Amino acid sequence: MVSRLKLFAPLILFAVMALFLFRGLGLDPNEMPSALIDQPLPAFRLPDLAETTILTRSDVVGQVSLLNVWATWCVACRVEHPYLLDLAERGVPIFGLNYKDDGSDARKWLLDLGNPYRLDIADREGTLGLDLGVYGAPETYLLDAAGVIRYRHVGIVDQQVWESILQPLYLSLQSEAGL
Amino acid sequence: MKRILLIAFTGLMLIAGSALGLIETYEFSNPELEVRYQRLSEELRCPKCQNQTIEDSNAPIAQDLRKLLHQQLEQGASDEEILDYMVARYGEFVRYRPRFGGTTTVLWMAPVFLLLAGLVVLILTLRSKPEARIDKSAGLSDAEKARLDALLVETEKHS
Repeated sequence: MVSRLKLFAPLILFAVMALFLFRGLGLDPNEMPSALIDQPLPAFRLPDLAETTILTRSDVVGQVSLLNVWATWCVACRVEHPYLLDLAERGVPIFGLNYKDDGSDARKWLLDLGNPYRLDIADREGTLGLDLGVYGAPETYLLDAAGVIRYRHVGIVDQQVWESILQPLYLSLQSEAGL
Repeated sequence: MKRILLIAFTGLMLIAGSALGLIETYEFSNPELEVRYQRLSEELRCPKCQNQTIEDSNAPIAQDLRKLLHQQLEQGASDEEILDYMVARYGEFVRYRPRFGGTTTVLWMAPVFLLLAGLVVLILTLRSKPEARIDKSAGLSDAEKARLDALLVETEKHS
């Protein structure tokens, strides 16, 4: 009886491997959890895009918000831009982190395409990006009212991402803050 | 004609050479720092291009990390401090040899576990007696034996 069962060992092995490999097909290796989840937004001192004021952490903290990392050299950022405008219109506070970009290019982009951001942080050298563990653009961080990073999305924010991932978190953080 | 081609070709090679020269070089105040730079930049993984070290990769983020590594070494940070700094921002993923503990336990223990599993299979296989592995029922029946003998006699006659 036992030797009979042994005959099925390769089949079982195959089935288990197939299951794992099939699961692997649906995983995105680029989607790494941020090391900063549940950590406070790092302190920073950076100019805004217009280079008129200096922005710090306290300018961003105070409400549940999105921090969107973008750049004019980032093609995917152009793709998600209209949806960010849409979200901003619906009252979602979005802060822009212009990451390793040319100031005048970035200003022109916002002038031409519209500005969804409450504030535009200009991170020319990528220092805040480094503290956040940014490794590409676009990336979008969800901050709670206390300025703690609660979620990071790597890649484009579109309707599907917003409705299935970000919005539920956003709403629950808002009701958390309302208490 | 040939000469023009030769000159053009040489020119192209010179341009190609300068393109390779775009990878930045760092000056170190102390040769020991350079050794540590080499070692650390081979241990740190580029977060964007996931199967390359920051040494290998030409991605902007890898360039930034190399610059940062150089700065920190010059400022006198220890290897441990630098690795902690990187891990705090990019997670254990950024190291090719992640620290033991937490989520990396499974990763570190997997080879040991697989080796032990292999040993168990090996021991079980060796301990089962060779005779037990031969199926006795597979022997010849009396009728088959008689036929085999007949065939053997037959072939002997022919030779």
